[in-house]
Amino acid sequence: MTAQLQFRNLTLGYDRHPAVHHLDGAVEAGTLTAVVGPNGAGKSTLFKGVVGVIKPLAGSVERGGLSLQDIAYLPQIAEIDRSFPISVYDMVAMGLWRGKGLFGSIGAKDRDTIESAIATVGLTGFESRAIGTLSGGQMQRMLFARLLLQDARVIVLDEPFNAIDAKTSADLLALVHRWHSEKRTVLAALHDLELIKAHFPQALLLAREPVAWGATADVLTPDNIVKARRMCEAFDEHAEACVVAA
Amino acid sequence: MIYDTLIAPFAEFEFMRRALAGTIALAFGAGPIGVFLMLRRMSLVGDAMAHAVLPGAAVGFLLSGLNLFAMAAGGLVAGFVVAVAAGLVARSTELKEDASLAAFFIISLALGVTIVSVKGTNIDLLHFLFGTVLALDNQMLVLIAINATVTVVGLAVIYRPLVLECVDPGFLRSVSGAGAPAHIAFLALLVVNLVSGFHALGTLLAVGIMILPAVTARFWARDITAMMVIGAVSALISGYAGLLVSYHSGVPSGPAVILVAGAIYAVSLLFGRVGGLVWQAFPGKHLEA
Repeated sequence: MTAQLQFRNLTLGYDRHPAVHHLDGAVEAGTLTAVVGPNGAGKSTLFKGVVGVIKPLAGSVERGGLSLQDIAYLPQIAEIDRSFPISVYDMVAMGLWRGKGLFGSIGAKDRDTIESAIATVGLTGFESRAIGTLSGGQMQRMLFARLLLQDARVIVLDEPFNAIDAKTSADLLALVHRWHSEKRTVLAALHDLELIKAHFPQALLLAREPVAWGATADVLTPDNIVKARRMCEAFDEHAEACVVAA
Repeated sequence: MIYDTLIAPFAEFEFMRRALAGTIALAFGAGPIGVFLMLRRMSLVGDAMAHAVLPGAAVGFLLSGLNLFAMAAGGLVAGFVVAVAAGLVARSTELKEDASLAAFFIISLALGVTIVSVKGTNIDLLHFLFGTVLALDNQMLVLIAINATVTVVGLAVIYRPLVLECVDPGFLRSVSGAGAPAHIAFLALLVVNLVSGFHALGTLLAVGIMILPAVTARFWARDITAMMVIGAVSALISGYAGLLVSYHSGVPSGPAVILVAGAIYAVSLLFGRVGGLVWQAFPGKHLEA
């Protein structure tokens, strides 16, 4: 096994306050890992660090030789401006950014790829709809189609199944399994413990600091979950500078 | 009769032809820029920047009189300085960008009016505030045309990151570092267009030819490409009709252009096919699916 993502004493946060504190460990290549933790545990922050949207306050993330563009990222849906006048087709086509960049034109072959990704997530017929007219589930399907086009070795999903009905969750989960079977490395922030136990072999329980990390059954014990909740108090305005050796 | 009303003023008078050429060139740049200002929720930022151009142009005026290039260069510099300074203040203090821009632009406006008054007359001041679309000379026309060309080409270059930064900034940052450069380039294009607009419509009205056509377009299109086309066309019609109104009724031309744009907006607000108020009041019977 080789490490796809290696965290070395990684501290991430905002305005010097850590949201992820001294994280050490590795995500092996080809694994399917659920990142679990209470709200404010640092799951989204960790993902933003992984995809390079924010820089570490200390420590580092090594990406096993991958460039940032080889990591596909599904942001939380709340971060998307749904009133923006853009069509489903154009939004999905953005998944080709790595190959196309600022100026690359979209040819006949690309159009086929885009159409087939849209068909895979079950949105055929919605191509010219404005994104503002989609339901929550359709929106998430569209973003998964974009992930398909990104064709990345590492896929990072921030709360992909939040407020999504059972049918949509099942369809999208099938895509996650497909990525896993293609030996891609998948990280997903999730809250549904039953779903994690059923579908995710690996889990990382996070409460700003890592509480447990490993096989899901060993991580999601009642003791660990209580511990995570306790550790996850709000940030302290008057906290001292951290003294743990960097 | 129709010829006399709609065409003769431009056929007979060269200053009307120049004014028309100027407003047409202006429309091509201002329409699309306005649509992005609206979609990026920067409509008031545009207004603020328009006022920020004034002290720079005024310093140019102070140093070399009504010299086009001195005033345009001064305006460009002042616009950039205020845009960058407001951004820096917002980033490094608790002040939000709108508040810091408001502070900067109101200072700029006061400063600009003061500088103009030191050397010029009240007529000069009126020109600075409301423009001189009927007195565009060849140099100004060339400047406005160059600015419009730069704008259209520039927008094409930064189009993808600009759009994506509005819709899904997190995703853009994960695939490309082009977001911040595109934003700065967009601000640069905005200032360039404000300098054009400043000469034609003055510091107080320049942003009108961007924002009014853009908000008009919002009521007719769901798609950003169509919005930019409608924005440009509606700016163009405002320019043409405004000049005619001004010619026949004797009202000042700059305000006439903006008032026509305002009238088109009012009609769109009521009857626009996408969310117009009349359609909302009488939506018709609901559909089957």
